[in-house]
Amino acid sequence: MSDQMSEPVASSQELAAEVTTDEQARVERAAEVAGESGPLQSVRRNEVLSAMLRNVGLVVVLILLAIIGTLTSDNFLTSDNLRNILVSSSVIGVVVVGMTFVIIGGGIDLSVGALVALASVWATTVATQDYGAAAMVACALLVGVGAGLVNGVLIAYGRLVPFIVTLAMLVSARGLAAKMADNRTQIVRVQTVIDIARKDVIGVPMLVVILAVVVAAGWVVLNRTTFGRRTFAIGGNPEAARLAGIDVRRHTASLYMLSGLCCGIAAVMLMARTTTGSSTHGNLYELDAIASVIIGGTLLSGGKGTLIGSILGVLVFQTITNIFILNNLATEVQMIAKGLIIVAAVLLQSRTTREAKT
Amino acid sequence: MAQTPTALGRRGFLVGAGALGAGAVLTACTSNSSDDTTPAASSGNVKAGGTDNDAKGKAITIGFSAPQADHGWIGAITSNAKNQAGQYEDVTLDAVEGTNDVNQQISQVETLISKGVDIIVMLPFDGKALTETGIKAMEAGIPVVNLDRVFDSPQAARSWIGGDNYGMGAAAGRYVAEQMKAKNISNPIIAEVQGIASLPLTQDRSQGFADSLKAAGYKVSNQVSAEFTVESGQAVTANLLQAAKHIDALWNHDDDQGVGVMAAIDEAGRDEFIMVGGAGSKNVMDMIKADNTVIKATVTYPPSMASSAIKLARLIAQGKGMSDLVEVDVPNSITLSSATVTKENVDAYLPTAFES
Repeated sequence: MSDQMSEPVASSQELAAEVTTDEQARVERAAEVAGESGPLQSVRRNEVLSAMLRNVGLVVVLILLAIIGTLTSDNFLTSDNLRNILVSSSVIGVVVVGMTFVIIGGGIDLSVGALVALASVWATTVATQDYGAAAMVACALLVGVGAGLVNGVLIAYGRLVPFIVTLAMLVSARGLAAKMADNRTQIVRVQTVIDIARKDVIGVPMLVVILAVVVAAGWVVLNRTTFGRRTFAIGGNPEAARLAGIDVRRHTASLYMLSGLCCGIAAVMLMARTTTGSSTHGNLYELDAIASVIIGGTLLSGGKGTLIGSILGVLVFQTITNIFILNNLATEVQMIAKGLIIVAAVLLQSRTTREAKT
Repeated sequence: MAQTPTALGRRGFLVGAGALGAGAVLTACTSNSSDDTTPAASSGNVKAGGTDNDAKGKAITIGFSAPQADHGWIGAITSNAKNQAGQYEDVTLDAVEGTNDVNQQISQVETLISKGVDIIVMLPFDGKALTETGIKAMEAGIPVVNLDRVFDSPQAARSWIGGDNYGMGAAAGRYVAEQMKAKNISNPIIAEVQGIASLPLTQDRSQGFADSLKAAGYKVSNQVSAEFTVESGQAVTANLLQAAKHIDALWNHDDDQGVGVMAAIDEAGRDEFIMVGGAGSKNVMDMIKADNTVIKATVTYPPSMASSAIKLARLIAQGKGMSDLVEVDVPNSITLSSATVTKENVDAYLPTAFES
């Protein structure tokens, strides 16, 4: 595809203006050429409907969990505890936003946990801390974006499989983090950074505000901009997207940078929450994030999905953990139950979706 | 006490551990070895030579294998071993890269065997998984000093030295019980933040804690498990503090994850309880000394055991006994004592603290 790629029909800036009608029509035509049946417009509408129903299914799961929580523990339905669940969801929630973009765009990012660790370590080295809070935040974001750029370039321009590239990044980023930190836990000494986890904005914890802002921004980008529309197009059918004049490689690379940026933000939040930077941070985030995105109704093969579903997925997981700890249940039981609840949630979703169709 | 029958015998050797400690203190007074090999950071864990045992003997090579230094405690184990070996002119340390993959650790130790080192000091990632390898080394005529995590079979090691997990929990339980009695709290809410729940060491610690509390008529009200990492400590404690709106005492098994536990406590603004740590990191000892947080004590699990293991290995390989004991040979098993460090005695223990 490389040769044709160099002559896209229009540059991205030009496209941005008239994309809603024009590009969509082109994608549609291209999809037909590529052998997809039916006009894309109505397919899209159906998808939106079924995605909404999936989300309703997840909300039902959340309500069921809340009922279980309320029945089994007096401490569940308190403002303190609900606040705790939201705060606990905030760090992984931000990572999930980036992951949702990557998966909708037909990729996968296994390196998120390692990038969070690397960013947290880099931003908490003695040298970085000397420059103060702003430098630490900038450092974490730059490390995230930079590592995402490496992932993106290798995948899009090096034409390597995302699974392999990000797996390699997972291993090497964690290794680099451990080396930089000399396997020690680095304590955050800058109070401004710690305050991110301690301060409220009109009664809402700052961490939750950050999550809300990231989700809102992500939602707008995914659903109301050219960038979002292209993400769906590339994930659904990269060949069609290419024929429609989208610079697939550049777009793919930018998706991984976006995921890296989210990891950088999450690293700052985690630094504030734990008051440390460490190579053990973000352990298994990749699995938690992918699981949340999947039970949120996003197709692992790309092209379909919603950000709201992913965030609901995060909330379901955190609520389960919370209920188990409130009830003093052992970790083993937690793990078994979590697995069962994931299956139950997905079953419930597919049922609701199917019933809606008939 | 769900422990192996050998555990009781091991505790009997506490005396031995005491003697070793005494010897170490003595040796610290004089020195016949070069100082330049001792980095200042861990000087508290490295004893210079002085007694008969430290007299130069035949040159030996000690093979050393431990898990990956991914947290403060294991990091201190590895650096202590290296620094202690550096104290002796007659010791060459062949340390293989630490790994958390038992498969890799097996092949690394097998490499040490085929290289023909004189003795192997091994902290297995998983004692059960490395037992066969220990036996293989012993059969090849290479004695093994088993450090901390116990092999499944006594055939797999010439000698064992390690911490007392049960005793650590018991010490924490006794301290908590004393404090509750002193404060006249009749029905205290006692919480526990474990490390990785599936590890035998965690189960031993919790058992010791529960047994001590039971003796005082108390029990653990809330128990959660973290994963020895800061982040997991933070996450489970945040939830724990929701589950228990009022706590009287909290024991956290591990000071490495304790940084996260403390962050969660600060975030929730809770200070109605006393907290006891575990292992004895520098950071926690500093907080105990400052006495301005909920943390009032920690029960030790000293990584200086790696320095002692190198000393033992050297004696075994050179065919010597311990000069402070009457016996000709080095004992088979040495269990370290877990000390309760409080504001009163923290200065004595600070030199053995490790950076998390």
